[in-house]
Amino acid sequence: MIPELGHFALIVALCIACVQALVPLLGAQRGDSNWMALARPAAQGQFVFVAMAFTCLAWSFVSNDFSVLNVASNSNSMLPLRYRFAATWGSHEGSLLLWVLMLNLWMTAVSVFSRRLPGEMVARILAVMAMISIGFLLFLLFTSNPFERLLPPAADGRDLNPLLQDPGMVIHPPMLYMGYVGFSVAFAFAIAALIGGRLDATWARWSRPWTTMAWAFLTVGIALGSGWAYYVLGWGGWWFWDPVENASFMPWLVGTALIHSLAVTEKRGGFKLWTVLLAISTFSLSLLGTFLVRSGVLTSVHAFATDPRRGIFILAFLALVIGASLLLFAWRAPKVGLGGLFALVSREVALLVNNVLLVAAAALVLLGTLFPLFHEVLGYGKLSVGLPWFEITFPVVMVPAVLLMGIGPLLRWKEGKLGASALRLKWAGGLAIVGAVVVPVMMGGWSILVAMGILLAVWVAAAGFANLAGRIAQLRTSTGASASAALRHLPRGYWGMLVAHLGVAVFIVGVTLVRGYEVEKDVRMNPGDTVTAGGYQFRLEGLKPVQGPNYDATRAVVSVTRNQRSVTTLYPEKRFFTVQQMPMTEAAIDSGLTRDLYVSLGEPLADGAWIVRVYYKPFVDWIWGGAFLMALGGIIAVTDRRYRAARRYERSLVADATIPVAQGTG
Amino acid sequence: MKPRHKRLALIAVGLVALGAAAGLLLNAFQSNLVFFFSPSQVAAREVPQGRSFRIGGLVQAGSLQRQGDGVSVRFVITDTAHDVAVLYTGILPDLFKEGKGVVAQGQLGADGVFRASEVLAKHDANYMPPQAADAVEKAKRAAAMSQKTLIDPKTSK
Repeated sequence: MIPELGHFALIVALCIACVQALVPLLGAQRGDSNWMALARPAAQGQFVFVAMAFTCLAWSFVSNDFSVLNVASNSNSMLPLRYRFAATWGSHEGSLLLWVLMLNLWMTAVSVFSRRLPGEMVARILAVMAMISIGFLLFLLFTSNPFERLLPPAADGRDLNPLLQDPGMVIHPPMLYMGYVGFSVAFAFAIAALIGGRLDATWARWSRPWTTMAWAFLTVGIALGSGWAYYVLGWGGWWFWDPVENASFMPWLVGTALIHSLAVTEKRGGFKLWTVLLAISTFSLSLLGTFLVRSGVLTSVHAFATDPRRGIFILAFLALVIGASLLLFAWRAPKVGLGGLFALVSREVALLVNNVLLVAAAALVLLGTLFPLFHEVLGYGKLSVGLPWFEITFPVVMVPAVLLMGIGPLLRWKEGKLGASALRLKWAGGLAIVGAVVVPVMMGGWSILVAMGILLAVWVAAAGFANLAGRIAQLRTSTGASASAALRHLPRGYWGMLVAHLGVAVFIVGVTLVRGYEVEKDVRMNPGDTVTAGGYQFRLEGLKPVQGPNYDATRAVVSVTRNQRSVTTLYPEKRFFTVQQMPMTEAAIDSGLTRDLYVSLGEPLADGAWIVRVYYKPFVDWIWGGAFLMALGGIIAVTDRRYRAARRYERSLVADATIPVAQGTG
Repeated sequence: MKPRHKRLALIAVGLVALGAAAGLLLNAFQSNLVFFFSPSQVAAREVPQGRSFRIGGLVQAGSLQRQGDGVSVRFVITDTAHDVAVLYTGILPDLFKEGKGVVAQGQLGADGVFRASEVLAKHDANYMPPQAADAVEKAKRAAAMSQKTLIDPKTSK
């Protein structure tokens, strides 16, 4: 009964989405306020039904209803409750339902927090989002019904893939999808602006907080996924340039370009068409990512689902979305005026170069990800693109962008003075060079790559502080305020930028030092043996069998000492999942600010010995720390007062201009 | 120089730089392509010398031997028609099993032993990596066997 209710709720949601996609859009064209006013309740109603469907599916999982095919294939009565719940999005069907749920969450958020937007803008935005929703609801109902029944019901389920039985599974997919799908808001804003012909600084100001928020979610989502891969795969790597990782990374890169380009559009009215194009590209890449992951065209850790029919549906949808939005773009673009002029040395140019580099980086990743697919589709045989492609070309493109990050925020809009800005950065530059020489020596060995990484990190961080000091000094001379008053006076948007850029510096430190100084040892160990890595002694004390809820495991006890002092005891496990007949390595990690100690079990040998993998990973947590700082910067920027103040101002303008609308909506 | 000439020179320099960058990139891309070969192709000497490539197939049952140091292993990858001996130092993935599909990346030594730098078995327990399934499929077809193949990629989900 519950599953049928969920299925029915999805159909109702589809019907509402159809109305929401059509009526408000036509209303906006005809200036009919009653038709436009339908957008908000329709969006919220659609959300209610999608949420209901999702709850029904989650309920089926939690209550072990093995008469539902999806539950029977992805869950098990022995599975702990939190993973039974997370298994809701563990399957292809479930993860698409999560996609639609997230889309509806964003849609409802837009309907609630858009009170100050003109009615026709809201109508168009929600209509565009409803069209996306229609596509995915159709996809769910026709090719991937999550509520399909299994007759006769299975006695028990086939269990969730052991790789997914992890706290990461509970939080990583929702976060990632929040980000992915969040870019649909930026996309809908851009399309609505193209339809309405209103593409100006105000539009950018409306669109900015939404875009930044989605970007922050995506940043957290990717970081969580990376951290999860780090400890669950047992290889100690944090990024593999796996197609599925690339699928989420490409929208991030272009999304990062988008939030910077929006800054120019808001402050200077420039880059309008470029910004729209980026908004379209970002969301298209999100859809492409969904296609890559969900169609099963890739061989990778994540490609659990394979069904060509589904792939073709998403591909057709992708083509439709990209084709239609580009057509609209081509039709409307010539009517959009140019923004303010700017000189060669100006913040506009700095941001333009930043955009070009970020998009170029995304193009490199795209080439490396899609080329093997095309090669195979065209019948030239299978191949893959080697890791060096990504690991050499990506930094080559990003290094100039990071160097520019130091100086860009110091340049003035319109026309900056390179000399004056460079002078203000002399300390930052000096500090960066000193750091590049000293830090690698302190860490135990100078190398050009480490020196380069530290140079960049110190440069970005120090330039941020120089920028802050400059702003405070400027405020104090102009207003005579105290330093603390000046600090409070600085807008949140500015703080957000500083924090996010500091996050980049922290991230670079992590990547550089773990690359430069990690120690990795695969050794054969008998109980009582000791191995040394990074100045730590790892001693295998013993092994014992352990019984889990749905697995049997061997747990090793590894004591770690340094200079005869006990540091910690680690308990890595080798689990064997009984239902799926699948082994799993559960690494044991002692995390610290300056290093991780990482031990995982390989395989047992004949005489009671084990192959053990021991890692010393200096500063690895800074990688994720940096990513969280970037996301935090985004969230701080979203809370900037000017977005709220601007909306109030807009409302007064709109209320004057469109009184009939105000009356119509009551 | 007149401003117009200056601008032209600037554009020309930009184009040259862009072209050089594109050339270097394509070159780097070309040299980083890792091609995939089946054991039959290795036997027919179709594989490149001194360059990394991937081979895929089944781990031959009973072929896994641990070397004296305990960390190195030797095994045989087969596509049921031809075999390739593989030497690998390191921990094998959880899903590595005799009789199951596997993909290895590395170089072919002069002695005909494939020295793997990476062994991939990224799939669930019953699933066959498409590349490995493909190799086996091709070998079977080449052997012109009329009966149904062992591994049908469509049903082995």
